[in-house]
Amino acid sequence: MPDKHLSTQFDTELTAVSSRVMELGGLVESQIRQAIYALSKFSVEVANQVTAAEARVNAMEMEIDRELSSIIARRQPTARDLRLLIAISKTTANLERVGDEAEKIARMVRSIIGSGAPRSLPSLELRVASDLASGLLHKALDAFARLDVQAALSILKEDDLIDQEFDGFVRKLITYMMEDPRMISPSLDLLFLAKSIERIGDHSKNIAEFIIYVVKGADVRHTSMEQIESVVK
Amino acid sequence: MNAISAPPERAKIAVKNLDFYYGKFHALKTINLEIPEKKVTAFIGPSGCGKSTLLRVFNRMFELYPEQRAEGEVLLDGHDLLHSKEDVALLRAKVGMVFQKPTPFPMSIFDNVAFGVKLFESLNSADLDERVEWALRKAALWGEVRDKLDQSGSSLSGGQQQRLCIARGIAIKPEVLLLDEPCSALDPISTAKIEELITELKNDYTVVIVTHNMQQAARCSDYTAYMYLGDLVEFGATEQIFFKPNRKETEDYITGRFG
Repeated sequence: MPDKHLSTQFDTELTAVSSRVMELGGLVESQIRQAIYALSKFSVEVANQVTAAEARVNAMEMEIDRELSSIIARRQPTARDLRLLIAISKTTANLERVGDEAEKIARMVRSIIGSGAPRSLPSLELRVASDLASGLLHKALDAFARLDVQAALSILKEDDLIDQEFDGFVRKLITYMMEDPRMISPSLDLLFLAKSIERIGDHSKNIAEFIIYVVKGADVRHTSMEQIESVVK
Repeated sequence: MNAISAPPERAKIAVKNLDFYYGKFHALKTINLEIPEKKVTAFIGPSGCGKSTLLRVFNRMFELYPEQRAEGEVLLDGHDLLHSKEDVALLRAKVGMVFQKPTPFPMSIFDNVAFGVKLFESLNSADLDERVEWALRKAALWGEVRDKLDQSGSSLSGGQQQRLCIARGIAIKPEVLLLDEPCSALDPISTAKIEELITELKNDYTVVIVTHNMQQAARCSDYTAYMYLGDLVEFGATEQIFFKPNRKETEDYITGRFG
């Protein structure tokens, strides 16, 4: 927020809570990167690190909510300030969910390794989707920090690519399972894992929608791309 | 700066190209505004923006001062009240006003409320009693004063005095009630009672309130006008003004970025 309030204390509080969200975003981002790394290298150790970070993510989510409640109770924010605080609250919830997805990926990686059949599965083909998903989250956080509506718009469009990747991967998994029924159990793990990656894209998309909400004051959830574009213009 | 859309309700007061001068000082600059009937409209803006001036035009309060003049039209139900031949006392019976500081008359509580009624209507004693009770009930004061109606109005607390003034204002059954900072000298409980009362009053009256307390405007008005330096900057539904104002000036003011 470039223009300042009469109350510098209010500015300080808004800046503090905004940077907490960015901090949470950074933590969740590294969780995803570690989860993807654990998947590509089949590393139990790295998968365990992802799980270990979850407690901190949860604690930060609660801390941010506490700060938000305090600002709302004491400042009675309106207009853009109000929209920013609502968006921060929702973004925080989405980031915490992304952390949960990273944790799920780590759990599936451990399960696949435990099944003893990791190398014969097409896990590397998730690479494209997972890179897209983590890249999208990074862009969403970056756009949120700058409240960049144009960047938010391009994130909304990019999420479709992840969805396409996911659909393609599911078709491929089905052929694996048909060829060798022993692969069904680890393939299902991989399916859940792919679903988690797809969900990360969805959460990034939600964050992009909140950016438009803050800047334009329009709720663009559950609306068509044409409508969103007309709002952003 | 006057690209303002009119609210969908019928206009009780329509302001058309109103300019107002304190001597040479141009205090209101070509104001165009429609005050919707049976709604609460709030005027907000920093000190000196003209909001109280505009309010005072609505019942020609400014005519007490010879150097003040208004140009343009202010239509009350379609009739221009600025250029009307009607007795100003009759206008003020239709457009009542309550001021920032409680102004009880130096007489009993009963007489404070009955005063205006006696001027404009000739009610018998029973009807007058009934009217006084009705007004005091409407103003949420009856329970507190029913046993001491013959005591002086100034014996009441500030919040009670203000509700007494509102009772006096509505006793003559005006069509419009103008409230100029009615709660600025009151504690939160009295303020809450008056806000409750304002919500209640709009069933029967058109209410216009000037307030420095933006949260008060947000809480109890249906429409909000933001004024600055004699201009009407933005006028719209209160929810829209406080959630997504169309003009940056409005947004800066209500979020406390004004300076």
